This record gives sequence, C-alpha cells and structure tokens, in this order.
Amino acid sequence: MNYEPVIGLEVHAQLRTKSKLFAPASTTFGASPNANTSEICLGMPGVLPVLNDHAVQLAVRAALGLNCTVHQRSQWSRKHYFYPDLPKGYQISQYDRPIATDGHLKINLESGEKIVRIERIHMEEDAGKNVHDSAITGNRSYVDFNRAGIPLVEIVTKPDIHSPEEASTYMKALRQILRYLWVCDGNMEEGSLRCDANVSIKPIGQKELGTRTELKNINSFRFVSQAIQYEILRQAEVLDRGEKVTQETRLWDSQAKMTRSMRSKEEAHDYRYFPDPDLPDLILEEKMISEIRTHMPELPAEKILRYTQELELSEYDAFVLCEDADVAEFFEAAINRHHNSKTIANWVINDVLRAIKGQPLSALSFSGEDLGTLVSLIDNQTISGKIAKDVFQQMLATGENPEQIVESKGLKQLTNQDEIESIIDDILTKNPENIDKYKAGNTKLLGFFVGQVMQQTSGKANPKLVNELLQKKLS
Amino acid sequence: MSKLAEQTISEISTLLNSREISSAELTQLSLDRIEKYDPKVGAYLHIDHDGAKKQAQESDTRRASNNSKGPLDGIPIALKDIFLTDDLPTTCASKILENFIAPYDATVVKKLKNAGAVILGKLNMDEFAMGSSNEHSAFKPVHNPWNLDCVAGGSSGGSAASVAAGLCYGALGTDTGGSIRQPSSFNGIVGLKPTYGRISRYGVIAFASSLDQVGPMTKSVRDAAILLNVLAGHDPCDSTSADVEVPDYTDRLDNKLGPIKIGIPKEYFIKELDSEIAAAVQEAIELYKNMGCEIVDISLPHTRYAIATYYLIATAEASSNLARYDGVRYGTRHDPNQGLIEMYNETRGKGFGLEVKRRIMLGTYALSAGYYDAYYAKAQCVRTLIRQDFQKAFEKVDIILTPTSPNVAFKFGEHQADPIQMYLADIFTVSCNLAGLPGISVPCGFNQEGLPMGLQLLGPVWAEDKVLQCANAFERETNYQQRRPHEL
Amino acid sequence: MSNEPKIDLDEVQRIATLARLKLAPREAKEIATNLGDILKYMGQLNEVDTRGINPTSHAIALPTKYRADVASTGMPTTKVLRGAPERIGDGFGVPKIVE
Repeated sequence: MNYEPVIGLEVHAQLRTKSKLFAPASTTFGASPNANTSEICLGMPGVLPVLNDHAVQLAVRAALGLNCTVHQRSQWSRKHYFYPDLPKGYQISQYDRPIATDGHLKINLESGEKIVRIERIHMEEDAGKNVHDSAITGNRSYVDFNRAGIPLVEIVTKPDIHSPEEASTYMKALRQILRYLWVCDGNMEEGSLRCDANVSIKPIGQKELGTRTELKNINSFRFVSQAIQYEILRQAEVLDRGEKVTQETRLWDSQAKMTRSMRSKEEAHDYRYFPDPDLPDLILEEKMISEIRTHMPELPAEKILRYTQELELSEYDAFVLCEDADVAEFFEAAINRHHNSKTIANWVINDVLRAIKGQPLSALSFSGEDLGTLVSLIDNQTISGKIAKDVFQQMLATGENPEQIVESKGLKQLTNQDEIESIIDDILTKNPENIDKYKAGNTKLLGFFVGQVMQQTSGKANPKLVNELLQKKLS
Repeated sequence: MSKLAEQTISEISTLLNSREISSAELTQLSLDRIEKYDPKVGAYLHIDHDGAKKQAQESDTRRASNNSKGPLDGIPIALKDIFLTDDLPTTCASKILENFIAPYDATVVKKLKNAGAVILGKLNMDEFAMGSSNEHSAFKPVHNPWNLDCVAGGSSGGSAASVAAGLCYGALGTDTGGSIRQPSSFNGIVGLKPTYGRISRYGVIAFASSLDQVGPMTKSVRDAAILLNVLAGHDPCDSTSADVEVPDYTDRLDNKLGPIKIGIPKEYFIKELDSEIAAAVQEAIELYKNMGCEIVDISLPHTRYAIATYYLIATAEASSNLARYDGVRYGTRHDPNQGLIEMYNETRGKGFGLEVKRRIMLGTYALSAGYYDAYYAKAQCVRTLIRQDFQKAFEKVDIILTPTSPNVAFKFGEHQADPIQMYLADIFTVSCNLAGLPGISVPCGFNQEGLPMGLQLLGPVWAEDKVLQCANAFERETNYQQRRPHEL
Repeated sequence: MSNEPKIDLDEVQRIATLARLKLAPREAKEIATNLGDILKYMGQLNEVDTRGINPTSHAIALPTKYRADVASTGMPTTKVLRGAPERIGDGFGVPKIVE
C-alpha cells in the first residue's frame, strides 16, 4: 500500500547565554565533569531559581523571527520525572502558558516555497548527562551536571511536514534563522540543536492520522532524513504485515542506521505539571517586546534581497553569502571597511569559503575588516591583484593584517614613474633586437617587456603604469 | 532558671554593651545549659561548641574595639535544622539527610553571622517540617519544658523549646501552616511569621514553596523585632523575596496603640476550641478594649475550607520539592543492587519517615493525571477565596485577633492515631499562610495545669510593624512572658 | 471528586511508583486507609463555587525577577562532590542506566 507520512518536529535549541537559565554557572562547552555547576544546578536543598534576562530576550527574538505571537504573560511549570540527570526530580519548563505560539517558517523546496506552521515555543532548562562508558565506569554510569540548567527553547511544529527531505530542509532553515538571530549556535554535534521527530503514516487520502512514534537522539543533520526515512519504512512494513504501530519513544541508532524502542522510557509518564511556586509569572512589557522587534537582525530573505538590489550582486552570490549568518556578517564587515561589494563578494566566495572548506568561519584567523583592507589595497593600487593572492595566503597562515604583511615583506607596488622608467630603460638597452621586432609589427612582444619589468621588480611594479610607459618608449 | 538564662536579647545586649558580661561567658553558659538540660528536652540535633566559642570571642574582640555590629552581636542564637549551614550538618530531622553537610549558607544564616550572632547549633523539628508535635523527627522527639510529658508542638518544636528552656536567646523557625506560631504558643514564647516574601527562603529546605516563611522565635516581642530587623529584606537569590521597604521594627514598638480596629472572626471560635483558651482570648479582647481599641466582629467565611485547601497545596508542593532526595548527589543512599529504579525506591522508602511518605503520596495523587483539576486546581481557586476573605476584612479592621491553637500542648501520642485530627489542629494558623499574611503568637496565659496558651494577631501584607506594635502593647499590659518554666 | 475516590492497595502502589517510594506492606495498608479518609475530607471543597475564580499559585503577586547573564566560576569540585554517595571520577556514580 502507499502511505503518506505525517511528521512534526520538536527542536530544542540552546540559547546563546553565558550563564544558565536560573543559575550563574557557566555554559561553556567541554568543561571537565561537574566543573560548570553550582548548588542550583545540582538541585541542592534550599536552592531557588532566578531567571536569566538575556535568555528571555533571546527566546523573544526567536519567537519574533519565527513569526509567533509573543505572550505578555507566560508561566513556569514543573515537569516531574525521576532520572539521574534531572537533579531536582523536576524540570522547570513551560506547560499550558508558553512564551509564544502560532508562528511559521517558510522553507524552499525544489517544488517551491512551503510554510511550516509553528505551534509553540517554550523555554525550559536542560538536564545533565548520564555517561556510560564501560571502560571508565564499568558496570555503573555517572552523571555530569554541566548541561543541567542550560537555557533551551523548544520549538514545536504542527504536523505539516510530509517527507524526510522536508524535515531536513526545515531543520536547515530553522538552524539558519536561529544563527542569524544569534539565538543558538546551531551545533548539532555538540547538542546545542537537537531534534525529536513525531512520525506517523497513513494510507494516502485517509484523513485520520496514524499512530505516531517519537524519534529521539537525532544528533546530526544527516540523521534527520535518515532516521525519519527509516521509521517511515519500518511503519509501512508493520502496517503491510497487518500489524499495528505501537505508540512509543524510539531511539535513532546512527551506527546501526535504525530506530529502536527505548525500553527505559516505556513506563507511561505522568509528569504532574503544576505552576512553579518559586518563580513569579513571566511578564513581558509591550515596550520590551517592541524594543526587541525594532532591533531584530536582518533575516536571510531580506538580506538576499538587499544584496541583489542595493549591492547589485548576482542572485547566486547573494544566496551563497547569506547561507550562513557568520559569512554574511564577515562579508558586511569587509564592505564596511571598503565599499567594493562585488570584488569582496568574489573574494569571500572564491577564496575565503574555499580556504575554510566547510569549517566554521570562526576557524579563520583574520576578520572581515582585514579582507576589506586587502581589497582596498588592490583598488588603491598599493598592491596588484596577483600580489594580493600571496598576501591572502599569508593572512590565512598567520592572521597578520594585510597592511602589515605588505609593509614587512616590502610588497608595496612600485608606482614611482622615474624608478620604473629607469628599469625600463635598462631592459630596453639590453634587448635592442626585440625593440626592432616590436617596431616591425610584432606587438606581442610588449608582453615580453612587461614580463621583464615585473620580474625585475618581483611583481611589484604597477602593471598599468608599466604598460603605459613601455608603449610610450617603444613608439 | 538562672537569672541570666531568663533574660531577653535586648536585656542581654545591654549587659554586653556595658561589659557586665562577655559573649564568651554567655556562650559558655548556654553550652553548659544545653549539656545539662537538653538531654531532657531534646531540642538540639547538633551543637557547634567550637564554632560558637570562636564566634563569641570574635564578638568580644569587636566590642572591645568599639566595633560592635549591633544588638545581635555576641548573642547566642540557634537554628531550626532546616537552614543550610556551610560546614555544619543540616538534616531537616530526616534520615535521608542524616550526614548531609551543605556546601553553602542560607541567606538568613549569612545575615545572622554578619550581625555578629553566635550560632550555637541546629534544632530539632518534625521531619521536613511536616508535623505539629515534633513527634515526627527521625531522631528524637522534643519535650515541652513546661511539662516534659507533653509535646513541644511543631514543626519548629526544637526552636520553641530551646528558647523557653533558656538553651538559646532566640531561634529561627519556619512556618508553612503554623510551624512557628503553634509551638510558640505551646511553649509560652513569641513567634512571628512575617509576610510571604519578607525574608529570603534561599538556603531554607523547602516544604511547600508558596507557603514557607522564615521567622524569629523569642522570649519577647521586642526580641522578635530585633531579629526581624536583621532577617528582613530583599534577596536577589530568591525570586519570591519582595523588593519592598523594610522599616526599623523596634522604632515604633512602644508607641501607644491608639484607637485601632481589631477584628474578631466568628469562624475561629468553634466548639473544638479549648474552653480555657477561649476564656484567655476573651480576656485579651477585653484588655485591648481597655487600651482604647475598637473590637469589630468580622467573618472569614471560607475558613472551614482552609485545612483541605492547605493540605492539598502543601502536600502537592512537598511531593515536588522532595523529589530531589534520590540518593544520587547527596544524602543517604540505599541500593539493593537491583538497578536504578530500585535504588530510588529503597532510598526514598527507607530515608523518609511515615508522615513524610503519607504527604508525598497525597501530593503526588493530587497532581497526578486525572485528579489535578479536582484537587490541586480546585484548592488553588479556594485559596483565592480565602485570600479575598482577608482582603475584605482588612478593609474594615487593622488587625485580626484569634487563638493560635485550639489546644495547649498535649501528651505524647495523643494526636498521632488519626492524621485528619492532627491536621485539623492547624485550623487557626493555615489561612494566614494561604493568604501570605504576617501573624504572630504571643503568650496569653496559662491553663490550670500551668501550660502556656497563645494569642494570634494577623495583619495585612507587609504590616509586620503593626502586628508587632499590637503584640508589644499586649505584652506590656501582661506579665505572661516573664513567667519561665521551672528549671528542669 | 463527585465520585468518591477509591484508594485500594493497587492505587497506593500506582502512586508509590510515581513517587518512587517503596512502602512496607503495613505502611501501604495504613496509607491506603489514610488517603481514603483524607480525600473524603477534601471532598468538602466541592461545596465551594469557584466558577470564574482564578487560581492562586503565589501567596503574593510579585513582578518577574531577573538576574543579569553573568557567569561565575563554578563551585569547587570538592564541594560539589562532598556528599556524593558514590563517586566515579568527578561524576556522581549511579547504577548502570539502560536506554
């Protein structure tokens, strides 16, 4: 039978804060176990939560960027379950009064544009991490609470997604926008962006939804479509066998490339939500929301439009530059330093992006401003385009700024007419026969003379000037 | 009782300032008395001999160089074992925290230390503050110094008994549904529960977060004011601590009351009220009348639902607050080696006492799927009505006067058989917590067996100054607080 | 609540499982009786008309309180792990977790 998949995604995005949602402990990634904890993240007796203002601002920004209604009053609730990584025995989350609802995100599919509706966005604290590495822990596990209390937003879609590809495109678009908003760094491998998928299938044309399973542990972009694809096929096989799909939580096993039932979560959950008495309601003044609204960063679609219209870049160039917020920011820093967007766009696309080979831009040891400076040095004829490529390599290697490199290596273009003339004269004196040939009509030999001058000056002579002077002298 | 042990904080403070006595001597006296008498009372769970002596010496040094930190400097104080103390045990009178040493000081502990108080040790209580008799301590019961066969009340029973028996000069308690006021009335001392949000709860082990409040327990109203001056105020670590002005509570304490209106709620004079207490309260009303106050009959119509409302909300919150005691990060673990869930079940099953388990069960039930609306949500709505009752009443009167407890201290075991009967004894105190109001219990006489009786005064939110003033006027006109139990 | 809740031993066990409490048979029996009685008593709240009444979650209505997003240095590991019933490296040891 042919089935139609119905998919909803629940994405947890870690907010880019320095400290935790309700505690002053640090959020840096990669600290040694339990180094980023305080009595609050450890759920010690007597501790109380105090809300991180920046986390709230980021959540509002995410909500506005995803076209949601931001609620002026939302509420914190406690969600109860016992698990070693959950220090208080409850997670502080938002339940029936989330911070935002009813948004959408436009995604671009090959078949055209599609709108995925966002049901809700709520804020919550993350849990810690249970570690079971049998080499270290033997027959035990241990808990590291560094993640515990890190601020998250959970972004829940309506079941609007109908294929693994759509899910994957949605995730990429969501990641792009969250990175643009500076809300989340979008790093799935480090767990700052996590995706759970609710997947069900139904015979094509049937209105009633099938039984859904919840897929967890999808911790890379590749796995979003893989896991969902696997699950769709698995459910189809179950139905084709005449059996029923069990409503359950399934874990994506990226090694085995399959989903499997999560036994530990099988016990029916009764989370016993109730409003957290330790936290007053979250009241957002209209003024605060509109402040955030007016300071919203430019989003990808607007940026592409501006690049093509105002900066007159090609659509392709604009798209490439805008794909990642960091790249666009780098590009803008460069054109702020030097107003030559077309040349700089070429440099970013052909040289910078090629050099970093898909690594994050932060790996680069120089700034957008430095690239702007480099191009300005070409445009004001301090160096030639050819020398600029060498300077660029040097910048990649050492992170030195281009002016420094040009200065210390003496790469400055030779523009002194007298100096160039004396070099030309010298060359002409040494090549009388070529002068004759040139004058006899072999004008290609101009290139020979130019080459000689460039060689003599280690490529520093201004090629335009050399050409002019040679032509004058040879005529 | 020795004269020195009977003194109030304000009296002792004068003696310290005039150098008639040193804090070291005073502290030694307290430690000696604890050693001698506490085995009979059972008020202390932990005594910090060395720490107290060191703090006393530091206080004496400060005083010698005229750097005294104020009226609490050098005064021996003790803490209910619900307040976290860095480097001292904090057990909440529970086996599950038997060897727990907190990694930080509660905000109020920091404040006491900054004020120069000498901290003698940690006081017995009902386990996790759940109980009204102190029979629910996992370690030992507290005996009432007025009659060792009687309970001290609870849950701050150790705090009340230690103050009454002269085993400290003042104590901190917590009050979720009467846990400061009821034991204060049982022990003939003054106990104040301030407005919710007046004192930080940071570092105070939570029972029911929307009801818990810290307060002083002392021999006199003035002492309560002195302690409140130190304890009150906004704490950035507690989102429910209010950023409101804190007056000097000792300032206008002695002012004449004037023609204030005192409301008497008819719902509090029920048939279960002990007749001697009823008579003592009646006398108190007469006394206020004589002082020029206007006595107004009022009604708080939802009072009869207060116990049901209180026990649903308090146990629901408690079931949540006590979820963290799981044997993973701290506390006592019982692991039968049958996996994670059995580790949880054993740790919590063995670590908590029966009363605590009963309340966790009730609270879990009230929050569980299918019952939330009928129980917890319903109770929250009735709570709104109880608050509104008080708001309406305080449009008409300045202070509300009631008995603190329907009974005096009872014999051990008397109220244990039936939990509902035990819960019903909190009838006069729980509404104040549901509404977040300030309330105080002051001694209002002794029954024929010589057991103390208490009078409760309630005020509008943030009106601790009025409540204290009113209590102080009563204390001035009576001499109950001067009567101390016989030396044990 | 109109139907009086029936608290039998199975129901007690269901709640005890949720609350992660192992109850001795005697305790379970006592609590079953107690809970039945208590919930019956709580039933009196049904008499109160609460239509249109907002629930009270906080004793005093307070404004939202914020802290600035500043990270402090973590608690020293010695303090973090001071009371740990089981320690594995700098982590809290627990029975093996099977997912």
